[in-house]
Amino acid sequence: MVDISQRLKFSRYRLDRQAHIEVDYVKCRRCTHRACLTACPAQCYLAHAENGVLFNYEGCLECGTCYVICDLGALKWNYPKGGCGVNYRFA
Amino acid sequence: MNSNNFDVIVVGAGPAGITAALLLARKGLKVTLLERGEFPGSKNMFGGAVFGRVLHDIIPEYWTKAPFERFISRKMITMLAEDSAVSLDFHSAAFKKPPYNGFVVQRTSFDRWYAQEAVKAGAVLLTQTVADDIIREGSQVVGVMARRPQGELRAKVVIAADGAVSLLAKKAGLRREFTPNQFSLGVKEVVQLPAGALEERLGLTGDEGMSNEFLGRMGGGLHGGAFIYTNRDCLSLGVVAQAHSLKARKATIYDALDQFKRHPAVAPLLEGGRFLEYSAHLIPEAGINMVPQLFTGGMMVAGDAAGLVLAGGVFLEGVNFAIAAGKAAAETAIQAFEKGSFDQAAMAEYEVRLKESFVLQDIDRFKTAIPMLLNERLYEVYPSFVCRTLENWFMVDGTGHPKLAGMVKRLLGEDMGLWQMTKDGYQFGRAMLW
Repeated sequence: MVDISQRLKFSRYRLDRQAHIEVDYVKCRRCTHRACLTACPAQCYLAHAENGVLFNYEGCLECGTCYVICDLGALKWNYPKGGCGVNYRFA
Repeated sequence: MNSNNFDVIVVGAGPAGITAALLLARKGLKVTLLERGEFPGSKNMFGGAVFGRVLHDIIPEYWTKAPFERFISRKMITMLAEDSAVSLDFHSAAFKKPPYNGFVVQRTSFDRWYAQEAVKAGAVLLTQTVADDIIREGSQVVGVMARRPQGELRAKVVIAADGAVSLLAKKAGLRREFTPNQFSLGVKEVVQLPAGALEERLGLTGDEGMSNEFLGRMGGGLHGGAFIYTNRDCLSLGVVAQAHSLKARKATIYDALDQFKRHPAVAPLLEGGRFLEYSAHLIPEAGINMVPQLFTGGMMVAGDAAGLVLAGGVFLEGVNFAIAAGKAAAETAIQAFEKGSFDQAAMAEYEVRLKESFVLQDIDRFKTAIPMLLNERLYEVYPSFVCRTLENWFMVDGTGHPKLAGMVKRLLGEDMGLWQMTKDGYQFGRAMLW
């Protein structure tokens, strides 16, 4: 599997202290597909023994794929604070 | 007038929002353009092409001013099988001349330049500003709540151009919950090539450029396609996958991108390349099926936020649709100020204008392409079938060449029946031909 964190190092991030997406792991435990683990293009969702998934917001590309595919309403999805998050150089 | 009061608030400095702000400012209206990124373009991502005829109407001969990489003189469409590919390779002399058909641009420089044109016209650009909600008075939208101290911004008209995942359209009650079959995810890498390699490998001179859009079953069985666009001395390449197939297949788009880069038709282009950037964005692809209610009293929705993207098989256009929608929104707002009326009836003019332009006409005309794009055989069967057929037909192995029909029938039998192909052929016809 490709380690996407190596590629994300090439982009400049300004980190918010607070996560812009909140995950309700109580709902994640009920999830049968855990598609966010593979659908997120930035590998922000990692497998977690107890909760099923563990979300790290730091590498988020703010695309919204997790929000669109989550069918349990487990995500309180939002954009990062103004000026925070990823800053592209080209895109 | 209070500094937090405007005639128009535009949310999102992408092509739709910038166009609206620019045209409103030119009319002398007090307009602010909110952008959540550090600068316009810092969050924006796309494959690579701007079809700028609509921009030429707004900024004549924009290509003499805008930062572009290359104009597209060579357009390719490729069907991709596992280790073979068949392309349509179109060269056009007309595409090399003003007003040019399309340009490859990088959004961080293009959107930044375009936003400065709006600022020069008098728009107030507020960067690093997220609009969290709309403000209502009764049924009328009268402003937005920005995520910052004294964040209450008021205006007669709000134009939401806040991107594919438009939280504002949702908060205004103009759109329902998003679903996976409305979107594709696109990821892109920018790869620096050795000096002169790009021109040499693609047969380009001067500012000539190429776009190549690939259709096929992507790695891991993802349904979608891939693309390559030429920048000045680097390539933009990426993979697009339908969100529902990402969900169903449990395959990753970055593994699919890696597989695409290793394909024998692609790998030689990237030889000696140096990785520069990885980016991702959603594409609203469900056309008319996902266009929200486009307006309400005091508010209009434009660009990706309104799902105004043409996903018509061989066409995948967004920026030109965004610019045209931003223009229609601005013209509607200008007329509303002339009449002094900003209610729902005044904003309804926006939809009329979109229906009179190519924006809703093309999206409506190609709504028949949506069933085709969701047909799994478009990815699973046909590209490899076409490649295999040609491989067999062109193979000179001492057994002689059969006529095409017999061979098609034989190869087809391995995948499916003639009846299925006829039905799919009809679906393709409805989508693209008539």
